[in-house]
Amino acid sequence: MRRTRAAAASAVTVSLLAAVTACGGGSSTDGGSNDSPKTLTYWASNQGASIEADKKVLTPELKKFEKRTGIKVELEVVPWSDLLNRILAATTSGQGPDVLNIGNTWSASLQATGALLPWDAENFDRIGGKDRFVGSALASAGATGSDPAAVPLYSMAYALYYNKKMFEDAGVDGPPATWDELVADGKKISKGGKWALGAEGSNLSENIHHVFVLAKQHGADFFDADGRPDFTSDGAVAAVKQYVDLMGKDKVVAPGNAEYAQNQSLQDFAKDRTAMVLWQTAAATLQAHGMNDDEWGVAPVPVQSGTPGAGTAVNSMVAGINMAVFKNTDNVDGALEFVEFMTSDAEQKLLNKTYGSIPPVKAAQEDPAFSTPALKVIRDTLAGSAAPLPQVPNESQFETAVGTAVKELFAEAAAGRAVTTASVKEKLDEAQQQMPKK
Amino acid sequence: MTVTAQPAVGGEAPPGAPGSVPRRRTGRVRRNVLPYLLLLPALLLELLVHLVPMVIGIVMSFKELTQFYIRDWGAAPWAAFDNYSLSVDLDAPVGEALLHSFFVTCAFTVLSVGLCWLIGTTAAVYMQENFRGRGFLRAVFLVPYALPVYAAVITWAFMFQRDNGLVNHVLHDQLGLTDGPSFWLIGDNSFVALLVVSVWKGWPFAFLIVMAGLQNIPRELYEAASIDGAGLFQQLRRITLPSLRPVNQVLVLVLFLWTFNDFNTPYVLFGQAAPEAADLISIHIYQSSFVTWNFGTGSAMSVLLLLFLLVVTGVYLVLTSRGRRTADA
Repeated sequence: MRRTRAAAASAVTVSLLAAVTACGGGSSTDGGSNDSPKTLTYWASNQGASIEADKKVLTPELKKFEKRTGIKVELEVVPWSDLLNRILAATTSGQGPDVLNIGNTWSASLQATGALLPWDAENFDRIGGKDRFVGSALASAGATGSDPAAVPLYSMAYALYYNKKMFEDAGVDGPPATWDELVADGKKISKGGKWALGAEGSNLSENIHHVFVLAKQHGADFFDADGRPDFTSDGAVAAVKQYVDLMGKDKVVAPGNAEYAQNQSLQDFAKDRTAMVLWQTAAATLQAHGMNDDEWGVAPVPVQSGTPGAGTAVNSMVAGINMAVFKNTDNVDGALEFVEFMTSDAEQKLLNKTYGSIPPVKAAQEDPAFSTPALKVIRDTLAGSAAPLPQVPNESQFETAVGTAVKELFAEAAAGRAVTTASVKEKLDEAQQQMPKK
Repeated sequence: MTVTAQPAVGGEAPPGAPGSVPRRRTGRVRRNVLPYLLLLPALLLELLVHLVPMVIGIVMSFKELTQFYIRDWGAAPWAAFDNYSLSVDLDAPVGEALLHSFFVTCAFTVLSVGLCWLIGTTAAVYMQENFRGRGFLRAVFLVPYALPVYAAVITWAFMFQRDNGLVNHVLHDQLGLTDGPSFWLIGDNSFVALLVVSVWKGWPFAFLIVMAGLQNIPRELYEAASIDGAGLFQQLRRITLPSLRPVNQVLVLVLFLWTFNDFNTPYVLFGQAAPEAADLISIHIYQSSFVTWNFGTGSAMSVLLLLFLLVVTGVYLVLTSRGRRTADA
């Protein structure tokens, strides 16, 4: 009997303990501290060909950092499909990494949660000052008029990649500089199972990046100056229609691209089925698909007329990865040291070379490795004709709502149904009404 | 997780032993308390795992829980019924989309459960006969149920691709049934694609359960029936189906709940934004909360879904058990 009672009592105790510990884990302190100065947790985004490849690239660097400072960095490479959800969960529970990579378009959204350490003048001084970074990259690190929520780490921009052999076969001399030229060239190429341009019609972010740039070219923005959604302006409607028309009306994009969301267009490009793609850093993937570097060329993304520049001649978003520090970290000093290390000239050169991106640190850009013809196009775009996506708290809702609208319009176009100004406007109006009211 | 509480205290304090009266009373108290004590861990865990999140979800649905407040839920302002009125305002896109998604889910569930049951039962009845290779076929039939959902559905997603998929290759290239390759993952066909995957994935469960139910029907009933001259169809209608009634009652309910709430299949098949024709409610709610960071509205929709499922389950149980009682009487 005594044994039964003891067993019962211990069962109750164990379950109570389980309950208590399960609930009590999330003791989040609001500010940071330096309670554990010898360790850091770092969530890296997936930049290379695979998670494993990223680990191989980053681990030696982290070892270097440990040797220099004595701080051990626990690395986790988080795939893109999980990253935002993981960050949201970490924000909610207070149980996050100390340092993390974020897509730069999320900066303002995540900034609004208040979970990230603001980069004021003092913090910037500790990593060598704000002036070390390229302006457009810094502009993509948080809402305008407030301290950035993150520091630029890798920069990228869109370029037009073209398949030299397919251009030659179709008798097209060189890459198009305007959309009209692209459509004209495209009609020459799009014959007999070959198509001129690839698109990832079911990838919401890709859709957003392209219609954002086209809207800029039509003199429109998806948010007004007060940060309120403005999806149905004539310019925005024209932009979305122009993008979807490449498939529906101009017929230079294969209808099958409407369901692409996993970079299938790069595969088509490498297999000589699609002659052009608008992409950020395609070199490594093209190589993986068996394409040599001399088989493709890079040119700036087309504009409506003239040459790329500011205002309506913008031809890319500022793409890139930022590095942020969780505000409630237990090792503020270590985290700042780590960011300093990762944004140092040497690491910037090394990492950006490996990943095929451009360093957002001015001094590191001077390295000749970033002056190859392909990277030169991207550098020039970043310096002169790239604009940051709207840095508003509702940016991720915008990506979902408008990205889905474009996906559905692509589905219409692919099914052979007409996409008109009215139908585009209706879709965008629906998208706008799904945005939060405040 | 089941805890069987056996009051293992019998035999304590032999009855009638002198001076044993007070002891017996404590024994009786112990006997009454111990089962509850043993149940307590299960109860606490049940509370922790099921009820607490549900209650938190209900509380969240009354809050304006956007990204500005997820760090500190307590600070999120109370929204009263705003989230609910937004969800059920059928003139606005949010409510309209939710209603559309609800109807799609209902149609999908009815078709999927119906087909799963039909195929599962048919297969189980045929598998009752003894023939060569029966065991092998049984094992093969269970494969879709045994496969990990993600791996299975992603394979289907590849097969449904328009340009390189197996489905179009067979339907269009080989059989020439369609004029051109069709889209299965976007547009209206996506409903069919979703239904096919769901039935493929779900019917082995119906097969398994019905097969188990069939084992319990005495063979003599069939022998007697065939002596009386009942054909196969009559045997099925008069013996098999009535005997399976209690099994079917649970089976259909479970299939209904699983299918109605299915998240994995559409998510893996279509990604974050499902096409309108296949916009199941679970993925719709996911999109309304996680992707747009509006957890208040998402919770309100979840609570509405919970209420609906409670009502359906309740009505179903009352109706079927009443039917059984009249049948028993």
